Amino acid sequence: MSEAHRFGSGPVQAAGPWSRYLFTGAVVVLCLWVLVPIYLLLVNTLSSPEAVATYPKRALPEFDTQSLAFFMNYAGVGQALWNSIKVATVTMILSIGAGAPAGYALSRFDFRGKDTFRVLVLMTRAFPLPLLALPLAVLYIRIGLDDSILGLALVHTTLALPFAVLITFSLFSGIPIELEEAAWTLGCNRFQAFIKVILPLVLPGIAASAIFAFVISWNEVFAAAVLTIEHRTLPAFLLQGLAESPLHLKFAGGAVLVLPALLFIFLVRKYLFSMWGIANR
Amino acid sequence: MYPRSLPYLLLLPSTLFLCVFFLYPFGLVAWQAFVTDTGQFTSEFFVEMKSHWKFNTAFTNTILLALAVVPFQVCLALYMATLVNGMKRGRDLILYIWTIPLGISDLAAGIIWLAIFEQTGFLNSMMQGMGFIDQPVSLLSYQNTGMIFLAILLAEVWRATAIVLVILVAGMGLIPKEYYEAAEVFGAGRWKRFTKITLPMLKPSLQTAMILRVIMAFEVFAVVVALGGTNLPVLMGEIYTWQFDLQDANVAAAYALVILLISISCTLLIMWGLRTPKEARV
Amino acid sequence: MIIKKNTLAAALATGITLLAAGAASAEVLFWSTQARPVEEAQAMRDQVLSGFSGDVDFQPSENGPWLTRVDAETQAGSGKIGVLGSLHGNLISLSDNLADMSDIGVDGVNSAFLELGKLGTDQQKYIPWMQATYIMAANKKALEHLPEGADINALSYDQLIEWAKTMAEKTGSPKFGFPAGPKGLKHRFFQGYMYPSYTNSMVTKFRSPEAELAWNKFKELWSYTNPGSPNFSFMQEQLLTEEVWVAFDHTARLADAFNTRPDDFVAFPAPAGPTGRGFMPVVVGIAVPDTAPDMAESKALVSYLLEPATQIETLRATNFFPVVDVELPDDMPAAVRMSGAAIATMSGSADANPGLLPVGLGDLGGKFNAVYVDSFERIVLAGQDVRTVLDDQADALRKLMEEAGAPCWAPDVASEGACPVD
Repeated sequence: MSEAHRFGSGPVQAAGPWSRYLFTGAVVVLCLWVLVPIYLLLVNTLSSPEAVATYPKRALPEFDTQSLAFFMNYAGVGQALWNSIKVATVTMILSIGAGAPAGYALSRFDFRGKDTFRVLVLMTRAFPLPLLALPLAVLYIRIGLDDSILGLALVHTTLALPFAVLITFSLFSGIPIELEEAAWTLGCNRFQAFIKVILPLVLPGIAASAIFAFVISWNEVFAAAVLTIEHRTLPAFLLQGLAESPLHLKFAGGAVLVLPALLFIFLVRKYLFSMWGIANR
Repeated sequence: MYPRSLPYLLLLPSTLFLCVFFLYPFGLVAWQAFVTDTGQFTSEFFVEMKSHWKFNTAFTNTILLALAVVPFQVCLALYMATLVNGMKRGRDLILYIWTIPLGISDLAAGIIWLAIFEQTGFLNSMMQGMGFIDQPVSLLSYQNTGMIFLAILLAEVWRATAIVLVILVAGMGLIPKEYYEAAEVFGAGRWKRFTKITLPMLKPSLQTAMILRVIMAFEVFAVVVALGGTNLPVLMGEIYTWQFDLQDANVAAAYALVILLISISCTLLIMWGLRTPKEARV
Repeated sequence: MIIKKNTLAAALATGITLLAAGAASAEVLFWSTQARPVEEAQAMRDQVLSGFSGDVDFQPSENGPWLTRVDAETQAGSGKIGVLGSLHGNLISLSDNLADMSDIGVDGVNSAFLELGKLGTDQQKYIPWMQATYIMAANKKALEHLPEGADINALSYDQLIEWAKTMAEKTGSPKFGFPAGPKGLKHRFFQGYMYPSYTNSMVTKFRSPEAELAWNKFKELWSYTNPGSPNFSFMQEQLLTEEVWVAFDHTARLADAFNTRPDDFVAFPAPAGPTGRGFMPVVVGIAVPDTAPDMAESKALVSYLLEPATQIETLRATNFFPVVDVELPDDMPAAVRMSGAAIATMSGSADANPGLLPVGLGDLGGKFNAVYVDSFERIVLAGQDVRTVLDDQADALRKLMEEAGAPCWAPDVASEGACPVD
């Protein structure tokens, strides 16, 4: 059976040639839409300082790595990169660990306080972090969490938690409860049914929300700049001066921030994509 | 069937978390919006905020941007998701490309799009190369706020559609294929299948995606500042100004509460608008 | 689940070990809002601070995180920051939490700056670290459009307007640029350049007819100004891309243009108005917070930063000028030579009318700046009526001055009590 058959809009090959062209055209345009700006960033990154300031701009890079080399040799970049990875990983684990159970509870049970909880979770995203940083920093200094990977990861987890809770909530909601009930009648208890039936189905989705958590932590600057000193993450370390640096360094710095994130998404794309497999299992 | 405490047990870790790392600092900050340094309750900070000449502009701009960006993104992401779903080959690659902006921070997005729109930027270079203009024109001029708005809109759509896309694609993957097969048997066309099966079944995901996007849209800042400079004040920018330039934490807190209020109202609106009736819940 | 728990435990353990490791270090944390651009930060670490006897951790950051961290340490009563480096305007609001530095030798430091550093108390709250001012820069292509008989080193505002007009008409697009962006230092132009040049005042004559004239002149200049200006914060960028040919900005924010293409640009003094050539030196201070972990080491670092050799290296790294008397070597970067000459011409000119940074405003410094920025945005960007805006903003200004009880400073005539707004 054709693989495409199971998808919503139906198999493309069934449509006429015009709609096929339209389809391909739309896909190509959307790909360009995403890629061209990134390409332009790379053009500027790989151009000499003079070329970055010239007009009209060239469409092709000169492959001048001078600006990138500056960052590679910038004291402390490696350490900052490593700190970023550590903070983001801890954030990822914490936010899924705390968020997925909550998402499951929201989707499966009716209980008092459910809506309050949902709104509470969302509030964390709706209130500007820069204002929260001050009381948090005071708290951290007092209890000794200041300038630690864990402390920053805890703050990033609050930022990522709404994503983890809501995404897992909608994933669990999409799985018919009958599946679980069938497992119960076959002698599984609630926990076993969850592990054996539900978890495999939602694992890719959970991986996707873990990826969000990672990316959110990766890109967060303000709290990182306030709460870490010796364990600065890459954005806090680099971005502080990027906006005011000379043009060529601004672009190269932008690329230094963007590239690891692209690489990360590339590495974990399998989890983002395996979401398709599930419906057919 | 299950112990009454089970849902609460499941919620416990995240609730504890939020109490310590959100509710505690939030309470301290929110308090400042109502109470002076000497401990008097007052509404003067809200009055000061409201009477500042920039408040209305910032408020309107924030709302307008959210209204323009979010629906556009949701439609675009829905379209992209159906395209991906209809694909026979190359799905992985296309989806990877479309989700690339996920990893790009708003600051980096601002840098990228400024390089396109600034006077000596790529857009002018391209237009000059094709002979549309003789010399670079100022695209982000204070005389043309509409153009600035459009540039910000494009940059925001570019940056933040991926997140909606991923949520919707994940949701679509969970719709049982039997539904579509049954619909096909009854001769339902593609559009009909989309409106009668995909959309209703996608409600939980749509709800999630919209709520998250709307909330983030109200906090839009870095891209707006990069492209709009001082031309297009938004609420989040005013918070930075009051907190750090004017060093008035009270008024900044009042602004933050305004953002919170509009976010919560929109959340409730979306929750209500896209609710799944109980009996229809799968 | 079990696996998850283990990873969690491991993560917690990592966090705690790192925490412990962090506490053992003995570096002086230098928390600065200056030298933020990545190259400057690098130069500060490699060239300026490497000569200090102890270890220094130089961390530049944006105003927001900078202030938040300092406030947090103050509130918590303990901290890591050893030395603070920032603008007068930021340090003024921290006054109560800065250690007295009267015991540090300040031979040869400009006495007016030292007085500023007392922040209206009898203690030396901060010590001047480096200084800068605002000048003009032009692409040499612009010089052919100079109005007839105009001397670039003795320009008037009227001539500048005519120049900007000629350039706009001859080239087809406005070539004057003004740093009106979110991070642009536009308020200093109005406070230290326009007001003194037209009204011989910064505060008292805020809403005078002379001020009204000044704003109308500025509106005229604005009509020949690159309309992208509300997005410009560092004029060196637009000078290098040639989006603008003539610009006003802070010396450190023009430096990259002068250094990259010294032969293509000229530096020259700010223009003069009816009441002289207003200009304003700005100062960056270094202070030690009360919560500094090692007070002696912090003060040693401050002393080190004031040494002539360090000041020269700092000038190379940041393009900010020394605050002590030093003999500059011949091999200084182009930006230093060019802007140095322009500053000397400006302060040595017969009509020089120097203004001082605001003093005695405490944490109202930001709101003081906002009075000028708001006036600009309302009059020039929003096109509101000059008279109405000035009257409005004058009320705000008066309220501020009274709340702070700040007496007048130059060029305003010294006052008893709060500086009046006529």
